[in-house]
Amino acid sequence: MSRDSALVSADWAEKNLETPGVVFVEVDEDTTAYDGGHIPGAIKLDWKKDLQDPVRRDFVNQEQFAQLLSERGISNDDTVILYGGNNNWFAAYAYWYFKLYGHGDVKLLDGGRKKWELDARPYSKDLPQRARTSYTPQAPDLSIRAFRDEVVQAIGAKNLVDVRSPDEFAGRLLAPAHLPQEQSQRGGHIPTAINVPWSKAANEDGTFKSDEELAKIYGEAGLDQSKDTIAYCRIGERSSHTWFVLKELLGKENVKNYDGSWTEYGSLIGVPIALGDEPGKA
Amino acid sequence: MTAPNTAAGCAAPDQSAPLPAGVDLEKETVITGVLRTTTGEPVGGGYVRLLDSSGEFTAEVVTSPEGLFRFFAAPGQWTLRALSRQGNGDLSLDATRGVNEVGLNVAA
Repeated sequence: MSRDSALVSADWAEKNLETPGVVFVEVDEDTTAYDGGHIPGAIKLDWKKDLQDPVRRDFVNQEQFAQLLSERGISNDDTVILYGGNNNWFAAYAYWYFKLYGHGDVKLLDGGRKKWELDARPYSKDLPQRARTSYTPQAPDLSIRAFRDEVVQAIGAKNLVDVRSPDEFAGRLLAPAHLPQEQSQRGGHIPTAINVPWSKAANEDGTFKSDEELAKIYGEAGLDQSKDTIAYCRIGERSSHTWFVLKELLGKENVKNYDGSWTEYGSLIGVPIALGDEPGKA
Repeated sequence: MTAPNTAAGCAAPDQSAPLPAGVDLEKETVITGVLRTTTGEPVGGGYVRLLDSSGEFTAEVVTSPEGLFRFFAAPGQWTLRALSRQGNGDLSLDATRGVNEVGLNVAA
């Protein structure tokens, strides 16, 4: 993968709003932004209602993903352009799902909703009507998804990249600073993890930094190019953003997203936790 | 889950909603205000980011239609950085525990 195959610019998007076979999809946790105006022709996916299992603590399985995309009118051969708020966190999470379920052509809109807004590009409140399709996902590609036992095994052995803010990494905060801080689990990070906040990879307007800048950031942070990598955050969406950078923009092999992330790890009994600003020892 | 606002996700909550009942102002450091143009018009749909004392990104919210924004931070030195269609703006503050109300303006 590379920037050209994984990313489209806002200019490209605006020119291709009506191109047949291109489907724009806004993905967010809070979809009121979509309801108030969205990229013309875009459909919406609600990260919680549409992409999480309503009962089990997991995301939608292969069959649920098939039902969802069929119902929304997305075909296997469509080019899917994902975008959203929060600097594309949830769009990046959805991108990771589309890859996990083997969708052929999926891209992120560089800068997401923010860049679109700051550029003063047009919105629409019209709800697009798309005919139902019969979408067939592939079996989940677990080479891009990490589970907890593998994460514990990775301590001191693989690159662990904690993409939360420095205060969350150190254990001084338990959630991003726009959320109330009460939580049940322990604070801190997985020992030996390096801390490269997701935000390092993005410009102020939400677009991704250049490949050269990105390679420098992870290199200076101590990412070992010879090792496999697992990225995590609190619930797995900010780490999808970093997974996208490492795997899809920089083309690094063997990068997994640990979607259980700190809400799972910080609640496990008996696993090691490091406190403070340093990675800590295995 | 009985806690009303432990937000299962990470997206910024509705900025115009009143402070959730579960928020303990003895413990929380809330930074809040209204984003306005230099002529005093509220700026809805603007982006306000919270930067820590080293200038590092900490969080970002979208202002409500009334221009409201709110962060849950910690006592100390912070910078607010606003981006909007109407222009950009910055403000530094020394936050203390409880509610810190600030005025933030954008200019083209």
